[in-house]
Amino acid sequence: MDLPERPSPVGQPVALFVTCLVDYLFPSTGVAAVRLLEHLGVTVRFPAAQACCGQPGYNGGYQHEAQPLAERFLDVFYDIPVIVSPSGSCTTMIRQEYPRLFANDPPRLEQAQAIAARTWELTEYLVDGLGVTNLGLRLDAPQTFAVHDSCHGLRYLGLGRQARALLTAVENATVVPLEDADECCGFGGLFSVKMPDLSAALLRKKIGHIRACEAPTIVTGDVSCMMHINGGLAREGASRRVRHIAEALADGLPERERDGQPRR
Amino acid sequence: MDSHAAEFVVAARRALADTPLQAAVKRATDTAARKRDLAMFAAGRDYGEALRQQSAAARHRALSQLPDLLEQAEARLTANGATVLWAVDAAEVCQHVQTIAAQHGVRRVTKAKSMISEEVGLNDALIAAGIETLETDLGEFIIQLAGEAPSHIVTPVIHKSKEAIRDLLVERLDMPPTDDAGTMARFAREHLRAAFLSADMGISGGNFIIAETGTLCLVTNEGNGRMVTTLPPVHVALVGIEKVVATLEDYALLTQVLPRSATGQALAVYTHMINGPRRPDEIDGPEALYIILVDNGRSAIYGTDYAEVLGCIRCGACMNACPIYEATGGHAYGWVYPGPVGAVLTPLLTDLQEASPLPYASTLCGKCKEVCPVDIDLPRMLLDLRRDLVNAGHTPWLWAAGMRGWSLAARSPRLFDAAAHAARIGQRALPDGRKLPLGPLGGWTASRELPRIAAQPFRAWWAAQEKAQSHDDEP
Ligand code: SF4
Repeated sequence: MDLPERPSPVGQPVALFVTCLVDYLFPSTGVAAVRLLEHLGVTVRFPAAQACCGQPGYNGGYQHEAQPLAERFLDVFYDIPVIVSPSGSCTTMIRQEYPRLFANDPPRLEQAQAIAARTWELTEYLVDGLGVTNLGLRLDAPQTFAVHDSCHGLRYLGLGRQARALLTAVENATVVPLEDADECCGFGGLFSVKMPDLSAALLRKKIGHIRACEAPTIVTGDVSCMMHINGGLAREGASRRVRHIAEALADGLPERERDGQPRR
Repeated sequence: MDSHAAEFVVAARRALADTPLQAAVKRATDTAARKRDLAMFAAGRDYGEALRQQSAAARHRALSQLPDLLEQAEARLTANGATVLWAVDAAEVCQHVQTIAAQHGVRRVTKAKSMISEEVGLNDALIAAGIETLETDLGEFIIQLAGEAPSHIVTPVIHKSKEAIRDLLVERLDMPPTDDAGTMARFAREHLRAAFLSADMGISGGNFIIAETGTLCLVTNEGNGRMVTTLPPVHVALVGIEKVVATLEDYALLTQVLPRSATGQALAVYTHMINGPRRPDEIDGPEALYIILVDNGRSAIYGTDYAEVLGCIRCGACMNACPIYEATGGHAYGWVYPGPVGAVLTPLLTDLQEASPLPYASTLCGKCKEVCPVDIDLPRMLLDLRRDLVNAGHTPWLWAAGMRGWSLAARSPRLFDAAAHAARIGQRALPDGRKLPLGPLGGWTASRELPRIAAQPFRAWWAAQEKAQSHDDEP
């Protein structure tokens, strides 16, 4: 996706758009993102008025239902120079779909385009925005990782190399390939509920590759894929889990920066 | 052809349980996708990407001036000695072909592969009119023998194993049993040879028409296309009105990406450029050439949000790349065009409501757009079709009600918080490790555990941190 005139986020405070899935299902991912940003000396804010970006409805075709949420997002984040989100698919929603949603509403369209240029997916913000790949992290013991490329991040935002570069730079971390890493896990939001058998067929293939992978930990940039794949792994009784890249990286933070996880 | 797209979900489930089908489709699509990547990027990724973007531009160029180009094509084709006919719908296509057949006293027809002839149900119409009609593309020949429909637009018999094809040939044509694909192909060729020589009319499709020269272009791999278009005294080509390109130069571009994307070949084995019927000084070719320009719903797409799909050059790459197509094969899609492009075309060319499952048969993973040689944004159109379905009231009321509730709750962080809290308490009653008997999550929980709602959402954690911090800051 082309983003003309992307202002550099260096030296700017960051507003975290945490996404509803992270907020309510996987808050530890949000905490990890905060800790990583703070580790780099970035000031993090959390606009408490934020809600869902509207993607679940939008992707189902319920654009009327998604629109008030998109408007709310624009209102909440309009004045903020840098927005960072730990999700490739929500970032895609904001960057690619908001301008389409408001194509016939010039004032909103202008806001949407301005916000699109200021919104970053977490790994993209770190590597392409701040220009750092070595976050100065160190794992207590050697660990091997592989990356599952979440579709939206990969094909709509051009992500993939960022997560691998960040992990590779962590002391004691090794990154190995995952077969068909760029194949969809079959989630697709509403798709997995509307056509669960088909979705499960794709999931089975993904799980097959994960089980055959030498890395015990698979990381990804979207908690939606993580939720889906882990749901399948748990049902199969497998011990492996997919983790969000932010959490995998945050394990390498100095002890004193890691505290304060939310209650489960 | 009648559409069965409404039964997609049931047909997909059947396909998932069909082990030989699964194996055949997976093998074929994996191979095709791999060969495509190799061929497209043989000269480097940048070169391949540039080729894609230039090809997309060529198709945009053509579509943006389609009415003019069609008129130009008609004039040039006519000047070259072809007869140009227009057909609004399927019935008119069949009518034209039957009239031509009657004029020339045609009793036997040989056909090269043409998806548009499937679309308009031409074979059935001709056979009903007492005209012997034989498919000569090897895949289509097998499909016709089996009384089935193609399941892929490039490799129509992709759903059948070699063994199934052998059994069919043995049973229907008394082929001596063999396991060698080459021997089977030779047997079919022998069988077809007589038909080529005795046909009164050949029918083909057309990959492109070059407007500036009045040239009909065909890309084939088996040589049957050349037999069909040159041996019988009459050649009829059915071509969709969207297949026009402006210039020879644009054609030169597209003829590079089409075989690369379709079969992983830099150049197809046969590239035909037909500039009219046989001229007095030529030794072969048909006496009469008819070009039927087929609308059949295309002009209604022109000028809408979906016009982009008219740029499709029918390479099949999106099918080979699609994980859903790999899981279902082509027949589940219920009409002529399967896979991602079919999920867009079928609702547009048949009936939106009837085809309502198809736009939802996608995870929106974006692979189809990534491999499309003319960069058609299929995921975008699937999203727009979903919007149209919702706006027309063609989705279940329970979904609509649920989405309205979600939208209202999600708009208010306080309400959403309360709803999540209530759901968390409700969730305690749900057991892990088995399928929920009822409700929209029944299917999900058949093979996945549900995630658990957190006791402390991120926003509550943040608020607690801030509070603690402001305490720390107090003097
Ligand atoms: S949509 Fe693109 S990839 Fe699919 S058949 Fe058409 S040209 Fe090929």
